[in-house]
Amino acid sequence: MLDAAESGKSALLIAPTGGGKTLAGFLPSLIELAADSAPRLHTLYVSPLKALATDIERNLKTPVAEMDLPIRIESRTGDTATAKRQAQKTDPPHILLTTPESLALLLSYEEAPKIFGGLSRIIVDELHALAGTKRGDLLALGIARLRRIAPRATRMGLSATVAWPDDLARFLGAPQEVTRIQGAPAPDPEIDILQTREYLPWAGHMGMHALPEIYETIKAHKTTLVFVNTRAQAELAFQGLWHLNEDSLPIALHHGSLALEQRQRVEAAMAADSLRAVVATSSLDLGIDWAAVDLVVQLGAPKGVARLMQRIGRANHRFDTPSKALLVPTNRFEVLECRAARNAVAAHDLDGERPRPGGLDVLAQHIMGMACSEPLEAQALYDEVRQAQPYANLARQDFDDLLGFVENGGYALKSYERWHKLFRDSLGRYQVTTQDAVRRYRMNIGTIVEAVTLKVRLAGGPVLGEVEEYFAQMLRPGDTFLFAGELLRFMEIRQMTVMAMRAKGGGEPMIPAYEGGRLPLSTYLADGVRGLLADPAHWVTLPDDVREWLEHQRDSSVLPKPDGLLVETFPRGGKWFLTAYCFEGRNAHQTLGMLLTKRMERFGHRPLGFVASDYLLAVWSVNEPEDIPTLFDQDMLGDDLEAWMAESSMLRRTFRNVAIIAGLIERTQPGLRKTGKQVTFNADLIYDVLRRHQPDHILLRATRADAAGGLTDVKRLADMLTRVSGHIEHRRLDRISPLAIPALLEIGREIVHGNEDDLLIDAEELIREAGFS
Amino acid sequence: MNDKPVIHLGGTILVPDPSGALWWPETATLIVADLHLEKGASFARAGSLLPPYDTRTTLNRLADRIADLVPTRIVALGDSFHRADSADFLDEADAELLASLTAKAEWFWLAGNHDPQPPASRLGGAVVTGDWRLGPLMLRHEAVMGCADDAEISGHYHPKARLRLHGRSASYRCFVADARRLVLPAFGAYAGGLEVSDLALRTLFGQGFTAYLVGRRKVTAVPHHLLLPELLPA
Repeated sequence: MLDAAESGKSALLIAPTGGGKTLAGFLPSLIELAADSAPRLHTLYVSPLKALATDIERNLKTPVAEMDLPIRIESRTGDTATAKRQAQKTDPPHILLTTPESLALLLSYEEAPKIFGGLSRIIVDELHALAGTKRGDLLALGIARLRRIAPRATRMGLSATVAWPDDLARFLGAPQEVTRIQGAPAPDPEIDILQTREYLPWAGHMGMHALPEIYETIKAHKTTLVFVNTRAQAELAFQGLWHLNEDSLPIALHHGSLALEQRQRVEAAMAADSLRAVVATSSLDLGIDWAAVDLVVQLGAPKGVARLMQRIGRANHRFDTPSKALLVPTNRFEVLECRAARNAVAAHDLDGERPRPGGLDVLAQHIMGMACSEPLEAQALYDEVRQAQPYANLARQDFDDLLGFVENGGYALKSYERWHKLFRDSLGRYQVTTQDAVRRYRMNIGTIVEAVTLKVRLAGGPVLGEVEEYFAQMLRPGDTFLFAGELLRFMEIRQMTVMAMRAKGGGEPMIPAYEGGRLPLSTYLADGVRGLLADPAHWVTLPDDVREWLEHQRDSSVLPKPDGLLVETFPRGGKWFLTAYCFEGRNAHQTLGMLLTKRMERFGHRPLGFVASDYLLAVWSVNEPEDIPTLFDQDMLGDDLEAWMAESSMLRRTFRNVAIIAGLIERTQPGLRKTGKQVTFNADLIYDVLRRHQPDHILLRATRADAAGGLTDVKRLADMLTRVSGHIEHRRLDRISPLAIPALLEIGREIVHGNEDDLLIDAEELIREAGFS
Repeated sequence: MNDKPVIHLGGTILVPDPSGALWWPETATLIVADLHLEKGASFARAGSLLPPYDTRTTLNRLADRIADLVPTRIVALGDSFHRADSADFLDEADAELLASLTAKAEWFWLAGNHDPQPPASRLGGAVVTGDWRLGPLMLRHEAVMGCADDAEISGHYHPKARLRLHGRSASYRCFVADARRLVLPAFGAYAGGLEVSDLALRTLFGQGFTAYLVGRRKVTAVPHHLLLPELLPA
């Protein structure tokens, strides 16, 4: 790394989690600054986590102070005090630690060339977690601007091991500019799969049957991180462990909906080595190293290999000894998935999607930011933006349309052009019309659009965290729910806050679920599961109940083959069921369910509903589905998909996010915090109106690109339909097959529906049945 | 009767239309509330460049209903323009379209809080500034609490309601009615909404109202106690 620094090249350092790579990244800067500490911003450090920036600040300051080096180190995040921000504008530190959002803000200042003019090095931490996301797009654009302001500055990326290192290197510069440095590999982790005393459940994802064993494991280790897949699962597991906690072990809970102070308390306790276990979601996937962790438990199947490695890496942050992990399958299919994941880790295989092209909405935001900093010339900015890897192939037309959108909305209505955010000066450059527009841009920087949430406050006490609005709407006064590890009783909603009090036992509490809480199964792991299923030689090591289940399937139907698609049909309870073992992940199956039922409707099968799991899709109908190959024909993705997409709530949700990021809808306005509710409603109305009158508007194009590229499910589906075409194995059975049982026990069934009128029709039916009409 | 529900008020029979308008067949009267024309432009003026097509969307929808139903009288229940001066900024084509509509029937603009003086002189129609009695019905922009009228029709609140069923849920604009009063949904494309569970509407109706949910092509009457929070236990 020092070699790369000396030769003035950029570098990508790939090392397993916890290899101490972050501090290594600062070494060249510290050496250079020790030799020449003239006041200037020398090194900019960008991390995806605020907490990481402030933590690195602390960790750097100690040795620098001990060595008595004249180096100033400061962080700059959303939490930095105003006075300090002002000071950083005129007198920046030698080393500034920040986030992509705060960098975007700094670059929108008129002073940006002065602040960054003397920059020597840009360090991007946890690059793998940023590349391919919209935050990564924002950062890439920021780096492109920095390269113009400070052409000498080199880039250094720090990343965990990933499946696509070339793309990461391109993020930092052209191939000849970037040296690749591979850190020493960590010893292979020791991964066990828990076999519980209790019978393995057929279905479900919570894994409560395994808590006694997990508790014993916690007791047998120093500090355990218990990772789960959803926040709801975190609440349940925490509650369950607490119930078993006869030894009063200090066990804590950590997830993204808890109040910041709550999370910080847990992190501080971990750092102080005073906890025995933390139940956590992906909120702890990244972050500060904790030396004391000696075991990682993954409760529920890992869903992806790269993600599992990241989590396992949180245990035992030392080079020489292997990390230790325990996988806990929560149902029978997950046993296979855990096996496949363990095999992949042993084979050093990784999965993960390649970064997609940059979001047009992020670019719109960036264009506005650049106009805030100085008058902008279209051609120059277009050239600069294409330096950013996610925008390397950006079409000029898209750029111009985005510029037009920022300028005056880009609408084909002449009378409207009198309203604009940018004007063209006598030199043809774009300038911001009002300071108000600048203020509003700065208040709305960022690409993370969260679901609308309400705070949860303990009556007369602190805010515990946030739940999504739709969950809050479901609560009736007196209902109990699990949140922040406590049993709460709902009292009322007051000023966008859920008021609750502590409750005592009794009844089934509700558990808040969160949009997008579930991760889809990676293609790689899906292949692994398919492989295990098809090869009985592998079954001997499986738990008895799982092996018997598979043997029973082999005898009464057939096992899904690694290639091709097994479809079963069977009658049950006066209906016909169709099960398709696609193994493409829940989201893709959900989409397939909608498309397939549309087709079945046309074919006269009268579908009634469907349920999607990570492994298969089950549909039920009045009539027997026949001619299965035709049903699964690829033309399903033609007209049906188009029609479904345009109406789908997924596209509406995507548009809302695009509109917010692009600056069409502002989350925050000076002197007025819009309630999230209004934002949701307006975005839907705007979508409908815009779609009718200007369907090729750049934001609608951005929405469609996001929906098609960002959601890989449709592509997965298309690939599958192509692959299995001509290889569909249809079994017509007398009764339900063993493999189908878990699916029919799944929760989250979908009733066949097209648009909101169908919901009204369902309601009418119920009202009639109930005798109200 | 839910296939095409009707509302009985003051001895009249009224039809809630899927467009969000109210149709009174006996007198061939079409009633619309809260068009909020030029709401998009008014946001643009304040710096949010929302798509400006809301006015045209609203007027097209109204034109469709007028062509279908052929009313002899049209009443706009106030807040027809989002700002007092909105009419001055109408796109030329939109202004022409609106003028052609006001010429198609007797047109009455009730004043609302957004448009205390509707611009009838240029766009056609007659202005009504206060309440307006039409046969047995009392028309006004905003409902009056505890008034003695036994058949009041108003707008102003933009009511909407959420329906939950089988784990799905959707929000609908709606007419809200009890035996004595009826509140119309907003007709305007960008008009937001107020939940029927909101205190303002609860105070107005007490407990015993029916919501007529406006879908794309149909209207469904749902008794209030089935609306919130869940139509069916999970």
